[in-house]
Amino acid sequence: MASIKVHLEKCTGCTLCVKACAFGAIHMSDRKAVIDMAKCTLCGSCVAACKFSAIEIEKAGGPKKDLSAYKDVWVFCEQKKGVIQSISFELLGEGRKLADKLGVKLCAVLLGHGMEDAAEALGERGADKVYLVDHPALKSYQDDPYTAVMVKLVEEFKPEVILCGASTIGRSLISRVAIKTNAGLTADCTGLDIDAKERLLLQTRPAFGGNIMATIIAPNHRPQMATVRHKVMQPAPVQPGRAAEIISKAYPEETFASRTRLLDIVEELTSTVNISEADIIVAGGRGMGSKENFALLEELAKVLGGAVGASRSAVDADWIPYSHQVGQTGKTVVPKLYIACGISGQIQHLIGMQSSKTIVAINKDPDAQIFKVATYGIVGDVNEIVPALTKEFKRVLNK
Amino acid sequence: MDYLLTEQQTMIRDLARKIAVEKIKPVAAQYDESEEFAWPIMKTLAESDLFGIYIPEAYGGLGGGIMDMCLVTEELSRACGGIALGYAGTALGTLPILLHGSEEQKKKYLPDIASGKRLAAFCLTEAEAGSDAANMKTTARKEGDKYILNGTKQWITNAGEAEIYTVIALTDKSRGVRGASAFIVEKGTKGMEFGKKEKKMGIRASATREVIFTDCEVPAANLISKEGMGFIVALKTLDTSRPGVAAQAVGIAQGALDCALDYSRTRVQFGAPISSFQAIQHMLADMGTQVEAARALAYAVARLVDSGAKSVSKESAMAKLFASDVAMKVAVDAVQIMGGYGYMRDYPVEKFMRDAKITQIYEGTNQIQRNVIASNMIKETLKK
Amino acid sequence: MNIIVCIKQVPNTTDVRIDPVTNTLIRDGVESVINPFDAYAIEEAVRIKERCGGKVTAITMGPPQAENALKEAIGLGCDEGVLVSDRKFAGSDTWATSYTLACAIEKLETYDVILTGKQASDGDTAQVGPGISTHLDIPQVTYVKKIVEINDKAAKVERMTEEGYDVVETPLPCLFTVVKEINTPRMPSLKGMMRAKSAKITKWTAADLDADPAALGLDGSPTRVVKIFTPEARKGGEMISGSAGEVSKELAELLKGEVV
Repeated sequence: MASIKVHLEKCTGCTLCVKACAFGAIHMSDRKAVIDMAKCTLCGSCVAACKFSAIEIEKAGGPKKDLSAYKDVWVFCEQKKGVIQSISFELLGEGRKLADKLGVKLCAVLLGHGMEDAAEALGERGADKVYLVDHPALKSYQDDPYTAVMVKLVEEFKPEVILCGASTIGRSLISRVAIKTNAGLTADCTGLDIDAKERLLLQTRPAFGGNIMATIIAPNHRPQMATVRHKVMQPAPVQPGRAAEIISKAYPEETFASRTRLLDIVEELTSTVNISEADIIVAGGRGMGSKENFALLEELAKVLGGAVGASRSAVDADWIPYSHQVGQTGKTVVPKLYIACGISGQIQHLIGMQSSKTIVAINKDPDAQIFKVATYGIVGDVNEIVPALTKEFKRVLNK
Repeated sequence: MDYLLTEQQTMIRDLARKIAVEKIKPVAAQYDESEEFAWPIMKTLAESDLFGIYIPEAYGGLGGGIMDMCLVTEELSRACGGIALGYAGTALGTLPILLHGSEEQKKKYLPDIASGKRLAAFCLTEAEAGSDAANMKTTARKEGDKYILNGTKQWITNAGEAEIYTVIALTDKSRGVRGASAFIVEKGTKGMEFGKKEKKMGIRASATREVIFTDCEVPAANLISKEGMGFIVALKTLDTSRPGVAAQAVGIAQGALDCALDYSRTRVQFGAPISSFQAIQHMLADMGTQVEAARALAYAVARLVDSGAKSVSKESAMAKLFASDVAMKVAVDAVQIMGGYGYMRDYPVEKFMRDAKITQIYEGTNQIQRNVIASNMIKETLKK
Repeated sequence: MNIIVCIKQVPNTTDVRIDPVTNTLIRDGVESVINPFDAYAIEEAVRIKERCGGKVTAITMGPPQAENALKEAIGLGCDEGVLVSDRKFAGSDTWATSYTLACAIEKLETYDVILTGKQASDGDTAQVGPGISTHLDIPQVTYVKKIVEINDKAAKVERMTEEGYDVVETPLPCLFTVVKEINTPRMPSLKGMMRAKSAKITKWTAADLDADPAALGLDGSPTRVVKIFTPEARKGGEMISGSAGEVSKELAELLKGEVV
């Protein structure tokens, strides 16, 4: 069983570990760190924080496995109705860098039906190889056949790294594949890098509610799997004429069996753009005052070609449906421009939008938390400023 | 202040607070504006078993008392005095059955009230019988195994929404107050109608209507206690329920104070939060002290009622009088601290101020409470 | 019908404040609550029980104090609680966590439906639910926003997607992870809370489970944290003041590059 211990001779009593512990499990006694085992979760934060290597976690973890058979960086390319989703291009962009650092090939994995042309096009997005599995059962995503095919591919071709979108499909699929192949999986990575010497994927993600970043590795397991949210990475540029080697795989029919049955795919048409996709989001909170005032945001969003977002309190007041909610219990968004109107900026909201490139905050309370993350802040009445902005942008954009 | 609540009371208070904060606070302004009855909240209170806390376990309740009812009323009122009234008004309508009803009546009506399936209302006031309740005109004429009710009750809380009504009517006009009797009338009884919903200054999420009886036939089995006991039933009911009004007032006062305190800490003028100014500090200190004193008196009287004390008229009048005057004063001061913002409907304090006013008026105006208190005091000296 | 709901105790983020100096979370006095997403799973479990009859068992893996989360779940309508707690589980990543929970579920006699929240608010991985179904080798439907039909043998559900929803039919047993849209959780009831107070929580340690010790806790976790750091705090920027017209003009000028 794994255990943690403090090497007292190395501990200087600097308290860095105390600050790093998210569980309040470490305190200082006689200027030495003491770990409360009842609270410690062996998360490793203190080990990582200690500058003197005074804390060590011992892991039973058996002999180091020979992992040399694993090669290449794979990107699971998600398709819906035969169209490759843009998240896939973002992963190919990031995957290219990782593959180059490892000195291996970048491979796209494409599951679907009638996807030959799309597979060819992945070469133009930087893929060296495309593993294509074509079958009617793969036309639309289903957990069982997708998992079975992915597991077969992984077992046969042994990739070193697999990247997957943190979408509803990606998260459902890759979690299953990771269990089946006994692989490490890290969700929602915001940064990926390579330790070339150890051939490790360094996966950085927000931890403990978003204000601490953790870098995670899977030292003794392959493949190393990570999911990445949409719009976090830059899409791979199109290189016209660049071709990939297409490797088509066929499997016995039972591989494609599904216990669940997809009866229907319903697309709900919303008047506004999907907020996860939008480059510009105009969001409102309780400070908008009423449902009627919320309509002012729609006008501004329309002029800017953006989507309307909302804080939880605005959704709770029934001013706008839940699908527009930004924040911890809603969606995480990373637009180029986020205009927060009448949003006070509670931490749960900030978690969902603080990675936006430019943030504008309009609030009548000069002490509102939102101003702490805003690129530009305006103290004033949203119901005056938003219409004025709409008018001004109309003029500037000649609309 | 720690009022040494029992474990169950602490649980009740915390649950009521959770509902107030999570369910009522976000919609209080909206219901105030629309003047709708907050049925979704009543449903939540029902699912949480809060309607049954003061009803004996034998009738599906939790076996607590008026103190428990006060704790809930206070917490709900802290978010919205109007929505809280749907709850407290039901307690008022239930008390005649609880205090004076027969075993059959209790078995028939209390379980549905305890589960929150049906709300209750108490019908006493009439157009010409406000403070002077003895001047009532509604009559109940006995015919065989029925009573025929005629007359109009005015400003009845929960009227139209509630399903169980306890009604005071004259069975013998010649005997004045000694000729009054109490009845249980179910919504839907032929000859029972409701007037239009009143438009009020405050507590606008509560429903207030006339209840009109036109040859309304009520089974004789629905007579509470005996003929001629109506006034005693009414007075005993009000004596028992007044700590509830006090609790509602304390809740409103606390709600207003919470807002003012929060605001004073964040509102910066002359380069400092206004809470650093002594003028504001002294106002806050007075408000806080008054609210605590009102709460202490309300709880003390509620506990006195629960102890089974024989006469609580004076004490319950004192609790209602003091707490409602505090609610009014504290709400006015909260608006004052918040200045122009306080006057705007964007902030909840002006609503607390409008809601507070009714607590000085209903279930006996504060002038009537003073009459009750003084006459009891004088009676006590005579006894010595 | 035997319904299992897997829950997690997490720090209440509405309490979480940020230390302005170190820019780290202040956890002192932060209360522990049921993962908000799991509240929807509990409510849906209770609703399925109300529809089909049966029993709801809440199960959690965590420190001894996670027992409170199970009691709260009973207050919300669950019938029984199982706490899986052992030092040996410390350091579990999603792989080891889902393995442990799957072992605990297998120890329960039978199950028809397993419900979990779509993800936990402290980890946000959304991996444990699918992990459990994979370890148990049962079908799953993730991001369920509505259970349209359900009986002893099968269920028809709606799975939320980025564009709308899929309608999916599945045999039981099946694992569902649920989203906020599926219901509005009820408030706890006093009678439920009182039942919870006296309810006996089943407690299992690693020894009670038919589990491979090497697959538990940190030892059974493929991933490991190697570095923790505080991201550069986003600094408040420029404040613009003036009349509505003036600030709009200035802002439109500043944002020209962003909006075209």
